[in-house]
Amino acid sequence: MAVERLTGEIIDEQLQLSLHDLCCDGRVSAEFVLELVEYGVLQPLSGREPREWSFAGEDLVRLHRALRLQRDLQVNLPGLALSLELLEELQGLRRRLADLSP
Amino acid sequence: MDFKDYYKILGVSEDADASQIKSAYRKLARKYHPDVSKEENAEERFKDVSEAYEVLKDSEKRAEYDQLRRYGQSGGDFQPPPGWRSSADFSGGGFTGAGEQGFSDFFESIFGAGGFQRGQSRAGPGFRGGRGFSARGEDIHNHLSIFLEEAYQGCEKTLKLQVPEPGPGGGQRVRERNLKVKVPAGVEHGKHIRLRGQGNPGVGDGPPGDLFLEIRIAPHPHFKLDGRHLHLLLPVAPWEAALGATVAVPTLGGTVNLKVPAGSRQGKKLRLKGKGLPGNPAGDQIVQLEVAMPPKQTERSKELFRALSEEVPFNPREHLGV
Repeated sequence: MAVERLTGEIIDEQLQLSLHDLCCDGRVSAEFVLELVEYGVLQPLSGREPREWSFAGEDLVRLHRALRLQRDLQVNLPGLALSLELLEELQGLRRRLADLSP
Repeated sequence: MDFKDYYKILGVSEDADASQIKSAYRKLARKYHPDVSKEENAEERFKDVSEAYEVLKDSEKRAEYDQLRRYGQSGGDFQPPPGWRSSADFSGGGFTGAGEQGFSDFFESIFGAGGFQRGQSRAGPGFRGGRGFSARGEDIHNHLSIFLEEAYQGCEKTLKLQVPEPGPGGGQRVRERNLKVKVPAGVEHGKHIRLRGQGNPGVGDGPPGDLFLEIRIAPHPHFKLDGRHLHLLLPVAPWEAALGATVAVPTLGGTVNLKVPAGSRQGKKLRLKGKGLPGNPAGDQIVQLEVAMPPKQTERSKELFRALSEEVPFNPREHLGV
């Protein structure tokens, strides 16, 4: 079977996304992103006005996770903000625990 | 294919009512949601639970399933009865937006490829893109486990992906793709890499989705990770800590020499700038000193320690008040 060779692009703070990029890549409306910003789920790195906003690549990953949680578990916006914060903390703790395990 | 007992999957009895089924589903969906659960097979369990709920929440599908359950529970290989066709398959009428990963062959053998209809659009809330017969393909999310050395140097990993594509008769079939993915050097644990256009194919003229791989770096026996920084416990002899010394230290880029200052205490941290994972900026390697004792003492070394105890008045337990 043919093997396709591809190069991955790291989604981190080096990758900066405008509001338009985030809406296209996440397939959501600007209004939805504005609501997520209002609840602190997404945080623009810079820009005062929405059209000037610049988001870190990680916010795209956070947006995808928020969409999955909303779709699969019917979590509302305040619940999403809380769940994502707790999940990120949990992820860090699980990593530390794995490091401590022999 | 194996028969799937949806009642067992949801942990409900055959006569469970709609509210019991909904409640069991909600509880298990939270438990096995791939974004929440740490269990290795969470994705598979979540898919089973979603599939079971998709059938049992719908009275029509449930009645059909109950009928087949009585027929198919005899054990062994399950095949629907000859000529079986679900009413869900007739009502599908073409593309209904199959799940991100699709449902099982078992589900499709009963309800057909068109048997899946979610209440909410997969495209997400507030989506205002084209809704005609063209739509961008779904993004695919997966994990990719690598070793720390591979994260440092960059690596190439082979992946096998199951990609749904339109099959004969309006259904879907699964094609296996082999990908060699180049993972850039310096990728951190938990970060994602994106392969544009490598997700599920689009519908009509729609472009394909993207493939996202979440990187998992396997725990390393010596180095601990903190973002791009690496932590290493470095044993030093008591005289190296007391007198100062230049000692060899392993880093992911090879061995380097580190100057341990005279009078260093247990737990002292020294920073090797830029010796962590590469990036902009590169991470550091934090070396924490751990004073180690020689495993065996000779008569002469015991004598020297006795002389030292007389020479240096020192109570290491002073802070404990004893």
